[in-house]
Amino acid sequence: MPGDPPGTLPRTRPRTGPRTGPGRAAGAAPRHGGAGSAPRRRGNGLFVLACLLPALVLFALFMVVPTVNVFRMSFYTWSGFSPDMRFVGLDNFTALLDDAQFVRAFQNTVALLVVVTVVTMGMGLFLAAIMTRQRLRGRTLYRFVLYVPSVLSVVVIAAIFSAVFDQENGLINGTLRALSLDGLRQVWLGDQDLVLWSVAIAMVWQSLGYYMVLYMSGMASIPEDVYEASALDGASPGRQFFAITLPLIWQNLRTTLTFFVMSAVNLSFVLVRAMTGGGPDGSSEVLLSYMYKQAYTNSSYGYGMAIGVVIFAFSFLVSLLVSRATRREPLQF
Amino acid sequence: MTTIRSAARPRTGRALTSVLVIAIALAIAVPVAWVLLASLKQKGEFYGSPWVLPEGLHLQNYVDAFVTARMGRYFLTSVLVTVLGLVFVVAVSVPAAYVVARYEFRGRGLVEIALLAGLFVNVNYIVVPIFLMLVGWDRALVDVFPGGFFIDNPAVLSLVYAATSIPFTIYLLTAYFRSIPVDFEEAAALDGASRFQIMTRVMLPMARPALTTVLLFNFLAYWNDYIIALTLLPGEGKTLQVGLLNLMTAQKAAADYGRLYAGMVIVIVPVLIFYALIQRRLIEGMASGGVKG
Repeated sequence: MPGDPPGTLPRTRPRTGPRTGPGRAAGAAPRHGGAGSAPRRRGNGLFVLACLLPALVLFALFMVVPTVNVFRMSFYTWSGFSPDMRFVGLDNFTALLDDAQFVRAFQNTVALLVVVTVVTMGMGLFLAAIMTRQRLRGRTLYRFVLYVPSVLSVVVIAAIFSAVFDQENGLINGTLRALSLDGLRQVWLGDQDLVLWSVAIAMVWQSLGYYMVLYMSGMASIPEDVYEASALDGASPGRQFFAITLPLIWQNLRTTLTFFVMSAVNLSFVLVRAMTGGGPDGSSEVLLSYMYKQAYTNSSYGYGMAIGVVIFAFSFLVSLLVSRATRREPLQF
Repeated sequence: MTTIRSAARPRTGRALTSVLVIAIALAIAVPVAWVLLASLKQKGEFYGSPWVLPEGLHLQNYVDAFVTARMGRYFLTSVLVTVLGLVFVVAVSVPAAYVVARYEFRGRGLVEIALLAGLFVNVNYIVVPIFLMLVGWDRALVDVFPGGFFIDNPAVLSLVYAATSIPFTIYLLTAYFRSIPVDFEEAAALDGASRFQIMTRVMLPMARPALTTVLLFNFLAYWNDYIIALTLLPGEGKTLQVGLLNLMTAQKAAADYGRLYAGMVIVIVPVLIFYALIQRRLIEGMASGGVKG
């Protein structure tokens, strides 16, 4: 960063008040054109620097450096604590291909991405359409209730679902027992075939209200006369939804697709870690939880960071592909 | 608004959709309400039907959670860390956002791009590098602080919170500062206000809506985080979320549901009250800013 970047406050009149602080000497000679005809002011450089520096230092220290480290360390083997650090090139990445647990975590993440996206998006759109198009009585209350999970912490959600899925006295199994339907009881979080579905249910439960509100805000901006005109032409509400609502909130939908990718990677991790710990036997492990396990618990720091790089590339690529595939000419109202 | 549509629509379809919406809302509300009620049950009551109301107000669960499980103490840690984090992030982000929005300086494009890229760096990727970096600093300073300084320090945790939300905070504030006409600043400058005064006395009050949004979302992010807190505060001084996580683990071993449910309520209720008070603002802020929580 330049020592004292000269700056100008655009369109500020030259006569300014008394300068505060040590803004005198430095930055006195601006070498660099500012905003067009705006007059330059002395001492702006130091003011700009003083304002920027704390934020940039924090940002660099706790975001840029760790991010660079993730990429750098993926080429090393390092336990994270010992001084013994060895450059291994791409070995960490090639090892990933033979790592059955990694492949499983990858599959689980993709499965969650697909299932949670489809279900949440479908239900969110349905709810949003009903809430905006129908004057449902008490819809402010519904919106309030549906958004509650978005303000709860992941630990609370994990705890709620641990209670709901509890093998003996949980809400589901307890209810089934009370109804004498013991045959339907399941070990929701302990069954290798079921646990991922249980995680998916918790994820949908958590994010449904959030997406509903996002879609509602998109739909609210569609003018009413479009619907009235089409109703006069005899379009059914279902037809209206597909022919009017969906195309007109398309950009909104695309944005949420990116969010879905991010949450499939990140929310699944924090939820899985608090709810199942990746178990039983790795059957609910997702990419980030596996990275965490390798880097932190297993002390294979370099290997863990290689997983991190793969996740990063994966989510970036998927977001890019989805964004490309869904590109449409923006429609006008 | 919907007169034409509702006339055209069969009544049954309308009733059906209403029932569906109500069913979904119940599916969201029931588990939360169930936990709130169950926190008042005695040990024996957990083994019956989950739909039975508690026989009395068994507040011993709360005493257990607050005192024995130390949730009271963790609560204070959480308050401290959250408040400090908010102070830090506002103190560093407001000036930076203002300068980025209003001043021309060399490297501004670079700063903006770096911060924009920062929006896409999720904390989950970088927790471990941050932890190891802090451990390294502690080692380097072992002569000065034999007990360690950076790990297990709530203030350092708040600093990390603040740092990780800088991109989002500056992004939102910059956009808002840019939407304010410069006339106010010019007038203030004519009246002899200094640059610093213009920023704090003129622009900051005008940016209050954006500042509120930022505070709300950062509050939720700091208060609800557990991954960073779990990693950076491994010792006794835990935050509420990590304390609850410990209660969950303990419950799995000892089947002590009452204490866990009471602990959950302690964590849920403040956020629910907060949410009930500011829900309109929160939802509107989210819808306009497109913020991923």
